[in-house]
Amino acid sequence: MRAGTPDWPCLPARTAALAAAPSAVPRRSPSPRSQSGGAWQRREPCGAMEEVCARFVSQKISKARWRPLPVAALQPPDVFATGSWDNEDNRISIWSVGDVGSAGLNGEYQGEPQLLCDIRHNGDVMDMQFLDQERIVVASSTGSVTVFRHHQNSQTLSASHRWENAHCHADQYTACGGAACTGVICNNPEIVTVGEDGRINLFRADQKDAVRTIDNADSSTLHAVTFLRTTEVLTVNSIGQLKVWDFRQQRNEPAQIFSLTGERVPLHCVDRHPNQQHIVATGGQDGMLSIWDIRQGTMPVSLLNAHEAEMWEVHFHPSNPDHLFTCSEDGSLWHWDTSTDVSEKPSFLHQGGRSTAYFSHSTINQSVVSAWLSNDPTKDRMEITNLIPNQTLSVNTLDVLGPCLVYGTDAEAIYVNRQLFA
Amino acid sequence: MEELDTEPPVTVVPGADPARTQLCFEWGPAEMLLCETLFGPRGGERPRGPSCVFVVRRDQDIYMETLRKLFNESHGIFVGLQRCEEERAVRARNAQLIQVSKNYRSVIRACMEDMHQAAISARDSALHSQYSIQVSILSAMELIWNLCEILFVEAAPAGPLLLRLLDWVQLHICDVDNMVREVLSSENPSKHKLFWNVVGNTQTLTEMELKWQHWHEECQRYLQDGTFASSSHMESICKILLGDENAILEKKELMTTWYHFLVTRLLYSHPTVKPMELRFYAQSSMDMFLGEESSPEPLDTILMAAFEFELHQVIKECSVALSNWWFVAHLTDLLDHCKLLQSHNLYFGSNMREFLLLEYASGLFSHHSLWQLGVDYFDHCPEYGRVYLELHIERIPLNTEQKALKVLRICEQRQMHEQVRSICKIMAMKALRNNRLGSALSWSIRAKDAAFATLISDRFLKDYCERGRFSDLDLIDNLGPSMLLSDRLTFLGKYREFHRLYGEKRFSEAARLLLMLMTAHIAPCSFWMTLLTDALPLLEQKEVRMLHRGMHADLTAHPLHKRLQTFQSHLEVFSNCNDSKTI
Repeated sequence: MRAGTPDWPCLPARTAALAAAPSAVPRRSPSPRSQSGGAWQRREPCGAMEEVCARFVSQKISKARWRPLPVAALQPPDVFATGSWDNEDNRISIWSVGDVGSAGLNGEYQGEPQLLCDIRHNGDVMDMQFLDQERIVVASSTGSVTVFRHHQNSQTLSASHRWENAHCHADQYTACGGAACTGVICNNPEIVTVGEDGRINLFRADQKDAVRTIDNADSSTLHAVTFLRTTEVLTVNSIGQLKVWDFRQQRNEPAQIFSLTGERVPLHCVDRHPNQQHIVATGGQDGMLSIWDIRQGTMPVSLLNAHEAEMWEVHFHPSNPDHLFTCSEDGSLWHWDTSTDVSEKPSFLHQGGRSTAYFSHSTINQSVVSAWLSNDPTKDRMEITNLIPNQTLSVNTLDVLGPCLVYGTDAEAIYVNRQLFA
Repeated sequence: MEELDTEPPVTVVPGADPARTQLCFEWGPAEMLLCETLFGPRGGERPRGPSCVFVVRRDQDIYMETLRKLFNESHGIFVGLQRCEEERAVRARNAQLIQVSKNYRSVIRACMEDMHQAAISARDSALHSQYSIQVSILSAMELIWNLCEILFVEAAPAGPLLLRLLDWVQLHICDVDNMVREVLSSENPSKHKLFWNVVGNTQTLTEMELKWQHWHEECQRYLQDGTFASSSHMESICKILLGDENAILEKKELMTTWYHFLVTRLLYSHPTVKPMELRFYAQSSMDMFLGEESSPEPLDTILMAAFEFELHQVIKECSVALSNWWFVAHLTDLLDHCKLLQSHNLYFGSNMREFLLLEYASGLFSHHSLWQLGVDYFDHCPEYGRVYLELHIERIPLNTEQKALKVLRICEQRQMHEQVRSICKIMAMKALRNNRLGSALSWSIRAKDAAFATLISDRFLKDYCERGRFSDLDLIDNLGPSMLLSDRLTFLGKYREFHRLYGEKRFSEAARLLLMLMTAHIAPCSFWMTLLTDALPLLEQKEVRMLHRGMHADLTAHPLHKRLQTFQSHLEVFSNCNDSKTI
């Protein structure tokens, strides 16, 4: 091919946003839900009112997490971390999303995430959580757990601490085969990890050895862990069980075991309601969303037929817990909205004003009985929206904080929506 | 078999020395394995030392990070194109396809931009040149695609055709001399404006041609009258406006390429050129521009083929010139959607579109990460896609459970039952070896593999016999409906239930359950002794003796009755000896 000396004149505006129009609302019903229109959409430039900014990053994203905001912060989150998987060279990256109104230095597209720094990671990133403003704990498929520190002055990342064999199989023939660490949860300074070896570890950020290890806590793979209270954690496994573990108890047995009714479908993710701690949501391999009440019974309170494939993550919105988000292998990301009167939302939400939009607990939150626990949450009260118009490959991860949503896919792209409730 | 047009290129494998040892090779899905054998060059033994194995990969491009964006974004466009419903109206369909084409091009340009940035910021000179080469390749790709869009997808008719070609040239040729343009445009502004207005509005082609003829004749008159005789510059400008080729050629250094010359020429001599006439002008333009010295380069041949409307030739030349199947696969697919490719089959069965897509997707599968994109491409190859997918998907290494789950989901969605069973078995065996019985069972349930479930249950029962107690009670106590997957599993679950009932001192229920287990034929033979031993303490229990008559009646019907009779007589002896009440 002849080599030219190109000098690019004005390029057509690079289209990178998807119009996040709320498409056909799939109402939950016993019969199979209707998919949102699969019509192929034109890409529209950033700057539209309901905007999702996309960026292709040349690595499959397994985890994305917003950096937590300082306690009294008013502005929305602007920095998030991602982890990749299935690469020979996996990376942890820190990204920044600027203000919507400003243009980048090189004429970059407004709102597109910019890479601040990244660092090589050994093994797939299986789970990731911010320990505090500067440190991230990462779970690896090699079985190690690493704490990375983000140096904001120099914009670099460094590995600050590593527990090398946090998870491993006691193989019959070899000393120790690596087992993937599948879940990590933090409550500074405590870090709890779970893995394919069925082990639960409790670490402290500054201590070299584990504070507590529960070997063979489960005969199957533990897929996810989350804190129930400061000394109790919830785990889900691949035989459809939700277990409560109390670290104050010395015996290595779960305090409580909950099971799915019917088929013991593996559970992949778990999250607890931010305010009402007895409400727990889990996602299963068949895409089913289950809501549990920890105080009573051993079975889920409601089962909602959601996705068509594995549900990878479920998150209650931390400040607006009437909103739940789930993402799945089938390529969709659903927003579940049980706020009572959808039509009577306070007007400031519609203006997209950032400061007060999401702090009004009194008007948005339920009073006594949560909508999640009612027998049929979908009856008149729940609105479910698929936020992805053209779904292709799996949405592996999502995170919500304030008005911002970030999600990552197997199509090697990150998407950021900074006007979630607009 | 077609004749080869060119000599096959020679690839030197650094480190492989046929003068030292004889080499052997084997083809893989997308790469070649080259090994040093034990033999020397003349058949004798080779010099000592370790043998080397070389992996020769043909497609380097998929490993370039910047190009990955191209593959991912275009995958989204490809899938969208296959899925979008065909518009009924021809015009709407045409608009749809043009939009798809523009999207592909926008993706190429975005990639070009990224590559350009990477080239600028590269500190290593080798890396810089590598990126620069890629930029020029992408630029050529976009040039070709754009031309194909104008000629084939949009099929611009005479009139708009020239406009599109002008845009095409302007977009790609950056050495436009502003000064020349200014002079040209300021000379006869009114006439120029008129010309553009005319082309822009809804007049018919013949009307436009008439008007243009008028203008052309006016220009000619000026030239012949010697209006511009005083200035040679003005005269040459006028000649250019008249489409005098020699005059235009004089300004050759201002036009970097023959297609720039072609379009300029057409602008001033035949603005209403018809698509089918392009080939003549193109050929003559290239001959005039290149002259005697230079021969056409691959890009020139491809563009010429496009001007000649030889679609298959375009695709063939691109396949040869480019190192990666990406371009031809996507372009051919788009042209196929425009219903422009004849459905003649290639001699190995599939049509050209499918062949190219299969090649491209196979290349993706050799990449450790991009294999997921390949799946969708195989899905849209109706003849061989499924077979290719079945063969490729079995070769994906399953490092973690999560990756195995994703591969499994792909297989399940396509009813590839063999592959589902095979993957679940691999994962279950792995789990079993690591003593993760719960995981192993979970994989067996997913595959509905009764044989494996039996294997796992036997493992549990063996553990029980050895240790006297059950391991992993959380699993066995919570089997639920999956208990029914295999008889052995059912037995395991029920046996554990028996133990639980016994522990809770619900002896009559326990006895009933034990009886059911004995009569139901689901206990393995090796376990019969254990069952009978378990029956012993029960027989001493008060409530059980009430049931005895019932038990006895049921058992007489069982083939093992004789054994039990012996057992019973032993017990009688035992009880008599101990002076307990008669059974």
